[in-house]
Amino acid sequence: MSATLRHAGYVLRGNPVTLVAGFGASLLIVLAIFGPSLVPHDPVASNVPNALLPPSARYWFGTDQLGRDVFSRVIAATRLDLLIAASAVSLSFAAGATIGAFCGYVGGQLDRWVGRLVDVLMAFPLFVLAMAMVAAFGNQVENIVIATAVINLPFYIRFARAEVNVRRNIGWVEAARASGNSHAQVVLRFLLPNILPAMAVQISLNLGWAILNAAGLSFLGLGVRPPTPEWGILVAEGARFITTGKWWLVTFPGLALMLAVLCFNLLGDGLRDILDPRMRT
Amino acid sequence: MAVLRSIGRRLWQRLLASLPALFGVAVFTFLLMRVLPGDPAVFFASGPNAGQEEIEQIRREMGLDKPIPVQLVNYLADLAQGNLGRSMSTGQPVAADLERRLPASLELTLCALILALSLALPLGILAALRPNSLIDHGVRLLCTLGVCMPTFVSGLLLIFAFYYLLGWAPDPTGRLDVFVSTPPEVTGFLLVDAALVGDWEAWIAAASQLWLPAATMALFVLAPLARMTRASMLAVLTSDFIRTGEALGLSRRRVVLVYALRNALLPVITIMGIVFSTMLGANVLVEKVFSWPGVASYALDALLASDYAPVQGFVLLMAMIFVMVNLVIDVLYGLADPRVTVG
Repeated sequence: MSATLRHAGYVLRGNPVTLVAGFGASLLIVLAIFGPSLVPHDPVASNVPNALLPPSARYWFGTDQLGRDVFSRVIAATRLDLLIAASAVSLSFAAGATIGAFCGYVGGQLDRWVGRLVDVLMAFPLFVLAMAMVAAFGNQVENIVIATAVINLPFYIRFARAEVNVRRNIGWVEAARASGNSHAQVVLRFLLPNILPAMAVQISLNLGWAILNAAGLSFLGLGVRPPTPEWGILVAEGARFITTGKWWLVTFPGLALMLAVLCFNLLGDGLRDILDPRMRT
Repeated sequence: MAVLRSIGRRLWQRLLASLPALFGVAVFTFLLMRVLPGDPAVFFASGPNAGQEEIEQIRREMGLDKPIPVQLVNYLADLAQGNLGRSMSTGQPVAADLERRLPASLELTLCALILALSLALPLGILAALRPNSLIDHGVRLLCTLGVCMPTFVSGLLLIFAFYYLLGWAPDPTGRLDVFVSTPPEVTGFLLVDAALVGDWEAWIAAASQLWLPAATMALFVLAPLARMTRASMLAVLTSDFIRTGEALGLSRRRVVLVYALRNALLPVITIMGIVFSTMLGANVLVEKVFSWPGVASYALDALLASDYAPVQGFVLLMAMIFVMVNLVIDVLYGLADPRVTVG
C-alpha cells in the first residue's frame, strides 16, 4: 500500500495537472452536495425587474430573462448534472464489467458474438441512439440516465473483456478454481476486483463523456425540464438571447460544463499514470 | 485493374456483412415503436372524440390488430419498398421529408469534415515534426480543450463572436438568407447548385451561412484527428525507410509529405469512421443551434411532438449512412495501402 502511495506521490510531483484536476473534481463534488445551500440567491425564484442584467458585484454571472441569478443556478445545477452522469456511469459500469468479464472468462463463440455486437454498437452514432431511447421510454430524467448508461455500455464490455481475457489463465485464477470456487465466484470475487484499478481510469474518462451527453440531451429539450437548474437547459435558455449579445447566459453554464469534463478527463489521464503503469504514455 | 477488382470484391463482402447490422437496426426501431406509449390508431383517428369503432377500424387498416411477429414482417416489407410511414406533424411521407432535408445535413457534415481534416492534418504533422515544441504543446492544449467543449456551447459562442461582436457572419438561421433567391435544385447541395448555374451571389450567401456551423462541428472533431495524425506521424518518422529516403538525399518536403504522410494516414482513415459517426450525432445539436433545416432537426422536432415515424426513419437513415461511410473508408483504405487489397 505504501509503495502505491509513494508511486502516486512520485507521479503527482511530476504531473501537477493531475493534482489540479483532482482538486477540481473534489470541488465539484462538494458543490454538488452543499451547493444548493451555499448559493447567494434562490436559483428558481424569479425577480422580473432585474431581468437580463450583465454580471455585476451583486449578480456575479448576471441574471436571466426572469431575473434569476445565473451564478446560483449554475452552482445549484452541479448536483443534478453530476448525479445523472454518476448514476449512468455506475449503471453501465456494473452491467458492462459483469458482462464483459464473463465473456472474457468464458471465451469462445459467445465472446465472439458479443465482441462483434459491441463493435457495431460502438461505431453507431451513439448520441442518435440515446435520443431514440429517450423518445421510446419517455421524456424523463431517469430515461436520460438509462440512455446514457446504454451508450456507455460497449466501452465497459470491451474493456473488461480484454482485461479478463489476459488474466484468465494466470496461476492464481487456476488456484481459485482448484480450491473449489465456481466459475461465477472466480469472476465476481477474484477477476473483477483485479481489473478494478484499470476500470477506474475508464470510469473517470467516461464521467466527462456522460456529462456532455446528458447535457446535450437536455439542451435539446429531452429529459430535464425547466425551471430545474441544469447546465444543458441553462445553455438552451440562454441560446435565445445570444444574438442580442447576452453572452453571460450561455458562457457561464457552458464554462461549468467544460471545466467539469476537463477535470474528469485530466483526472482519468492522471489515474492511468498512477494505477496502470503499462499504459503510461 | 487487379487492385480495383480486389477493392470491388472487398466492398461486396463488406456490404453483405453489414446487412445483419442494418437488419438489427430495423428490428430495433420496430421494437422501439412497440414499446412507445400511446396508440398510433388514436393519433390517426379523425379527432379527439373519434368513436371506439372508428379507432378499431383504423387499427385494422394499419395492421395493428395482428400479432407482433406479423406486424414485424409487414414493417420489414414496407421498409424494403422504401416506405417509412407518414409523419403526423408534416402530413408527408417520411421518406420524402428525409430526402428533401438530407442534402442540407450532408452538405454541413461534409464541409465540416473537410474543414477539420484541412486543419487537423497540418497541425498534427507540424506537432509530430517538432515534438515538445511550442506548436506541439499548442496542439495538445487545443485537443484537450476541444474534447471538453460541448458543441452547442462552442456554436453559440462562435455566434456571439462572429455575428454579434464582429458582424462577419449573417443571422445564424437556416441555409440561405431570405432575400437571396434559391438556385434551381439539382443536387440539393446549395454550394454545388449555385456554382452549376453560375449564381455567385447565391453561392457566397450560402457559404457565409455555412461556415459558422461547419466550423463548430470541425472544432468538435479536430481533437481526435489531430491527435491521431501526430501519433502515427511520430511513429512513421522514426522508421527505417524514412531514414533511407533522407540518406538518398530526397528533400525534406518530399520525405514528409509523400512517404511519411501516406503511411501515417492509415490510422487516421480508420478513425475517420468513428469521427464521422460522432459527427452524425453532433449534427443534431449543431442543426438545433443554427436552425439548420436538415434531417436531424426534423427528427428532433418530430421527437418533441411525439411523432415517432420520422424518428424511426431518421435512425434507419443514420444506420444506412453509417454503413456507406464505412464502405467508403474501406475503399480509401485500399487506395492508401496496397497491402490491404493484395492480401
